[in-house]
Amino acid sequence: MSAPSAVSVAAPARLTPLALLGAGRAHTLMFRNYLSARSHPVVFFGGFLEPVFYLFSLGVGLGALVGDVTGPNGVTVTYVEFVAPAMLAASAMNGAITESTFNIFFKLRFGKLYDAMLATPMVPMDIAVGEIGWSQVRGAAYSTAFLVVMAFMGLVRGWTALLALPAAGLIGLAFGAVGMAATTFMTSWRDFDLVQLFVLPMFLFSATFYPLEVYPGWLQAVARVSPLYHGTALVRGLVLAEPSWSMVTNVAVLVAMSVAGLLVARRRLATLLLT
Amino acid sequence: MSTTSATDAATADPAVPMAAVVARGLTKHFGDLVAVDGIDIDVAAGETFAFLGANGAGKTSAMRMIATVSPVTAGDLRVLGMDPTADGPAIRSRLGVVPQEDNLDLELTVRENLLVYGLYHGLPRPLIRARIDELLAFAQLTDKADNEVESLSGGMKRRLTIARALVNEPDLVLLDEPTTGLDPQARHVLWDRLHELRSRGVTLLLTTHYMDEAEQLADRLVIMDHGRIIAEGSPRELIERHVTREVLEVRFGSGRQPAATDALLALGLPEVDAVEGLAERAIVHTRDAQATLDALDRHDLRPRGHLTRRATLEDVFLRLTGRQLVD
Repeated sequence: MSAPSAVSVAAPARLTPLALLGAGRAHTLMFRNYLSARSHPVVFFGGFLEPVFYLFSLGVGLGALVGDVTGPNGVTVTYVEFVAPAMLAASAMNGAITESTFNIFFKLRFGKLYDAMLATPMVPMDIAVGEIGWSQVRGAAYSTAFLVVMAFMGLVRGWTALLALPAAGLIGLAFGAVGMAATTFMTSWRDFDLVQLFVLPMFLFSATFYPLEVYPGWLQAVARVSPLYHGTALVRGLVLAEPSWSMVTNVAVLVAMSVAGLLVARRRLATLLLT
Repeated sequence: MSTTSATDAATADPAVPMAAVVARGLTKHFGDLVAVDGIDIDVAAGETFAFLGANGAGKTSAMRMIATVSPVTAGDLRVLGMDPTADGPAIRSRLGVVPQEDNLDLELTVRENLLVYGLYHGLPRPLIRARIDELLAFAQLTDKADNEVESLSGGMKRRLTIARALVNEPDLVLLDEPTTGLDPQARHVLWDRLHELRSRGVTLLLTTHYMDEAEQLADRLVIMDHGRIIAEGSPRELIERHVTREVLEVRFGSGRQPAATDALLALGLPEVDAVEGLAERAIVHTRDAQATLDALDRHDLRPRGHLTRRATLEDVFLRLTGRQLVD
């Protein structure tokens, strides 16, 4: 049976803050994912190594040629200091997107895992929160490990760097929620090419490898639309101990993405699974 | 079986037997497609009830509405005395669901599948751990407890799916084509397990397109066709009401069969109630098989082969729908 067109969705459309937590069973799905990861540990390490490789090739390698650049609030920083926080932000994004697109697509379309869960008292929001929550736990482990590497390399300028961990969590939440919402619209593996079409330019052009100021004004405006730009700016300011009021905007953009993504994902999961 | 869920307060005194499922005018549309067309059902607590019908008859759609994972388009439905729209989670905490296709968690072991499913139901871990050993024994999977699910045979996966559906000690178990795709041996093992559940007083609601399965298991059944219920009763009642006690199958060979069936019909034999013409045989509902065979012989309609046997639900189905139950 497919395509429920005129049929309404039975999931009660309550929009109270509590409804965002589903039936409160999200942690059981997180435990399930932990059991699965425990027996398939290799997958777990890729997410940690990726930003480290980038840091050494681009930050350390290219940085030897580039010299110093202008960082947040106009301070001068070494190139590797400039790139490292962006790698932290980008890896939070990449981890969340991989988890929320490939993994969830598989469970949704092939594993029928969620059908089995919805035969119990669990509701679609438990699934959305559980999957994103698990992706957060994973992401937090990667971010912490990477921040430790940065600290050892002397790339951290103050205690505010600790706040980069929740910031990376927020980036993961925002991209995880939107990625999951997008996944519910995908019908085949080919649709994942579209994901790369968004992710790769965002990775390259969100003030990741050089300051926005090298662009002409109009292109700067375009780059500022990129959610990763806001994530990078936030993490960079915190790691380099250069806070500013623009961080409020950065946080607001990421929070808005998270809420919108979660609401769409919940609705779509109900439409797809409860027909 | 008792239930440990916290939702019991919402229901009546468990000592008073209550209808497990009551449906009136239950209807399901998918766009323009009418999958279930206004059916009435009453399933008593402790009963084994079957939906019988071909693929696409509406059995699965009806089951999904009862499982509260498919919104009701129209009509009234009460499951365990509750309303599926408002009380979905409360109903599901007392249901066990065995879907048509196994949806076990292939990344986990047999034991982990049961553990995680108990947690989805919100049961405390010590309770689940105690039940897992019982369920593994019930499903004859104790030796396989720590194997990955992927490595199990089809019959074992099916038994694990049933064991998983029992982790919350449900009052009502829904089984959608429980034995489809299993070899005969695995089917019999499974039937045996279902009989055991029945004897414990669990209400079973199953769909099947196997006649022998419905006869084996069901106290009562409905035959569905094109979203409607076309007959209802116990297997025995349906056979008595709609077919003769014995049926005679006559085979004339595929070339000669249609003409021979027509000729047989044209004879208008007094003891014959009905004739179902199939591609390679005719099923004759007769009160006296020997008299019919003698009459055929007298009229030079000598079948290549014949068989007199007890009437089955398949005969009822053919009689009521006028077609083979194979899509």
